[in-house]
Amino acid sequence: MFKQEFTITIYTENTIGLLNRIAIIFSRRKINIESMNSSPSEIDGIHRFTIVINETEEVVRKLARQIEKQVEVLKAYYNSGDEIVWQELALYKVPTDEIAEKVKVERLLREFGARAVVIRKDYTVFETTGHREETEKLLKVLEPYGLIEFVRSARVAIIKDSHGFHEKLKEFEALNPSGELVTNEYLNQQEEVFDV
Amino acid sequence: MQTTIVNAKEKATEAKTPQANAANVVVQQVSGSVAVMEAFLAEGVETIFGYPGGAIMPIYDALYDYRDKMEHILVRHEQGAIHAAQGYARTSGKTGVVFATSGPGATNLVTGLADAQIDSTPLVCITGQVFAHLLGTDAFQETDIINITTPITKWNYQVTDANEIPSVLAKAFFVAKSGRPGPVLIDITKNAQVQKFEYSGYSTCEFIRSYRPKPIVRKEYIQQAAEIINAAEKPFVVFGQGVILGKAEKEFKQFIERSGIPAAWTIMGLSALPSDHPLNVGMLGMHGNYAPNVLTNECDVLIAVGMRFDDRVTGRLDKYAKQAKVIHLDIDPAEIDKNVKATVPVWGDCKETLPLLTELLEQKCYPQWLQKFKQLEQEEIAACIYKELNPSTEEMTMGEVVKVLNELTNGDAVIVTDVGQHQMVACRYAKFNQSMSNITSGGLGTMGFALPAAIGAKFGAQDRTVVAIIGDGGFQMTLQELGTIMQCGVDVKILILNNRFLGMVRQWQELFHSRRYSFVDMESPDFVQLAKAYRIDGQSISNREDLKAALQEMLAHKDSYLLEVMVGKENNVFPMVEAGTSVSDIRLK
Repeated sequence: MFKQEFTITIYTENTIGLLNRIAIIFSRRKINIESMNSSPSEIDGIHRFTIVINETEEVVRKLARQIEKQVEVLKAYYNSGDEIVWQELALYKVPTDEIAEKVKVERLLREFGARAVVIRKDYTVFETTGHREETEKLLKVLEPYGLIEFVRSARVAIIKDSHGFHEKLKEFEALNPSGELVTNEYLNQQEEVFDV
Repeated sequence: MQTTIVNAKEKATEAKTPQANAANVVVQQVSGSVAVMEAFLAEGVETIFGYPGGAIMPIYDALYDYRDKMEHILVRHEQGAIHAAQGYARTSGKTGVVFATSGPGATNLVTGLADAQIDSTPLVCITGQVFAHLLGTDAFQETDIINITTPITKWNYQVTDANEIPSVLAKAFFVAKSGRPGPVLIDITKNAQVQKFEYSGYSTCEFIRSYRPKPIVRKEYIQQAAEIINAAEKPFVVFGQGVILGKAEKEFKQFIERSGIPAAWTIMGLSALPSDHPLNVGMLGMHGNYAPNVLTNECDVLIAVGMRFDDRVTGRLDKYAKQAKVIHLDIDPAEIDKNVKATVPVWGDCKETLPLLTELLEQKCYPQWLQKFKQLEQEEIAACIYKELNPSTEEMTMGEVVKVLNELTNGDAVIVTDVGQHQMVACRYAKFNQSMSNITSGGLGTMGFALPAAIGAKFGAQDRTVVAIIGDGGFQMTLQELGTIMQCGVDVKILILNNRFLGMVRQWQELFHSRRYSFVDMESPDFVQLAKAYRIDGQSISNREDLKAALQEMLAHKDSYLLEVMVGKENNVFPMVEAGTSVSDIRLK
C-alpha cells in the first residue's frame, strides 16, 4: 500500500484536553500531522477537527477507529483528496509602496482571486483561499516585492458524499436514549454529615 | 419529579425532615468531598484502596464519616493501591476505586493505570490536586496528571468546581465499567473538594452522547460466520479475557460444545473455561502449549473470541494463520483488523453475539482434528512437561510446585502471578475450575504486580483462597505491601519461587546472548524474617520432601503466610516461540 494524503474529519464534544487526546494517537505512532483545524460545527456543542496526514489507507483506517474509541469523539471519517472539497486561507503582508509602484495591483487581485484586507501606508495585507498550489502561486509572485510575512491556515474540508452529521447524530441518540434519572437512595440518610 | 430550590433556613428544616418532601428532589448544601462519598455509595463502592496526602485531605475527612459504609485499605505506596484495585476488580467483577494525593501520589499511579488500560480493567482513580488558582504555577506537589495520564486512561477529567462532581463521577463509573472496560482518572482540585454547593442527589449515568460502549450487532455477519464455521474441517477457537469481562463463560462453553471446536486461551482468558474441559487444548503464545501454537498454522477457520492478537500470541504476523479464514468476535471495533485481518468481523459483546452464533451452528465434533492436538500434546509432555513436573534433578522446578499446589487446592484457588518465568509456569500448569481465578499482568508485564493485586483479589473474593505466586525479583519491587497485609489482616498466601535470578531475562541471555548474564544475579534478604517483621508467619524450603507439607501448612494457616521455595537456578520455560519467529516454529527445548 502506498502513502497518500488523507483528510480525517472528526466530530467531537467540545471539551478541554480532547485535542491532546487526539494528537497523542498520531504522535504515539510517529505520524506527522500536516495540518489540523478545530472549530465549531453546524451542531451546537459539537466541534469538528480536520486533520491532514500522509499515510497508507490501512494505517488511516486503524487511526480512525482508535480516534472513534475516545469517549468524547462521536465520529471519525477519512477521505482522499477527490472525495472532499477543501480550502486553505492565506494572508500575505507586503510593503505598500513596493506593491503599488511595481505591481499592477488590480491585475494581481483579479489573476489570483485575491482580496486586499488591510491597506496602510507602510503595508498591505492580501488574502486568498484555495488549494495549496493556488495560494503558493501568489506567494511566488509577491516574494520579489519584499514580502514581509505570510501565513496559511490549516485545511478545512467538506465531504462530498455526506448529508451532514446532524442527521447521523439524531440516529445515534434514537438508538441510545438517555435512561431515567436515579436518585441516590442514601442521600436522605446522611443528614448528620451534611453541613446545612 | 421536580427540584426544590430552598433558602438556607428551609434547607436545614428539609434536611431533618426529608420524608416531608419525598416527592421532591432534596437540595442540600454539601461539600464536593461529601458528594464524592455519596457518588460512591450510589455506585455500590464497598472498598477503596488509597493513600492520603495534603491535596486529598478533604476527601479523606469526608470518608471518616462514611467509614462504617465503605472500607478503606491503607496501602504503603500508591502503586500498591492501584494494583490492589486491579486485583479487586478482576476477582469481583466490580469497579476498583483508588484514592491518591496530588503530585507524587498521582504519578505513582501511572504504572497501574497503564497496566489496567492494556488489560481492560475497570478502575475509578480519584486524585487530589492543588487549588485551582495554583494550577500551572509549579505549586507544591502539583503535576499535570491529566496530561500525564491521557494516553493510559480510557477517560480522564479535572474537576475544578464542586458542582461538576456528581455528573463527572457518574460518567466516570459508566465509562470505566461499560463496553470494553478501562481505567478512569478524576483529578479534583482542593477548592472543589471543600466548596459547598447545592446538591440535589446523584443520578447514575447510562448514556453519553458521544460514547457508544457496544457496537450494534450485525446479524449478517453472524450468519456469514456460522456458514464458514459449519463448512469448516479444521476449525480452531482462540479466546481471551473478553469472555470473562463479558461474563459470557456459559455462552462460550455452549458455543464450543455445540460446535465441537478445540479452544485455546491467552493468559488473560485463562480460567474462562475449566482446565479439564475436553475441548480445552491449552495456552497460546510465546510460552504456550505446543499443539495450539503449531496448529494455528494448520486450521482452516480461526475463531477469535474476545482477544486482541497480541504480539506475544501471534509471533510473526506475516506467518500467522495465513491459511485460515478468520472470524473475530470483539466488543471493540478498533481491535478488528488491527493486527490480524478478519474474514468476518463479529462486532459486539460476546455475551450477546455468542448465543446468536451458537444458534446457527450444526452440532459437530472433529475427532481426527482433536486427535492432532492430543498427539502434539504427547510430544510436548515427552519433551518438557514431564521433566518439569517430575524432575530427576535435586533442585525443585517451578512446575512441580504449581503441580502440588493444584493437588491441594483442587483448582479452586485464585492464583495471582507476578511477571517472569514463574508467571509463565503458573499459567501453563495451574488448574482452574471457575472463572476470574487467574489474575496476572498480561499486557504491560508489570513486575511488582502480584503482592498488592493479591491483597485486592482477596477483598474481591473473600470466600476464596488467594495464592500470590511471585518471583524473588518482582516480590522486592512492592514488598512494602506486607505492611498493608499486617495492618488490614487480609489473608493472602504468598508463594515466592526463588531462583536467585531475574529468571526470564537470564533465560533470554542464555539463549540469545551466549549466556552473558548481565546484571540478573539477584541477592535477596531473608524473606521469612522479613515477613516476620511484618507479623506474617512463614518458612523457606529447599528440599522436595518438604514441599507438600509446607504448601499444606501455608494453605491451612488461618492468616497470611509466606512460603519461599528455593527452585533451580537455571531452569528454562519451554516450549518457546522466539521473538520474531512464527508460532509454528515453536521450540520444545
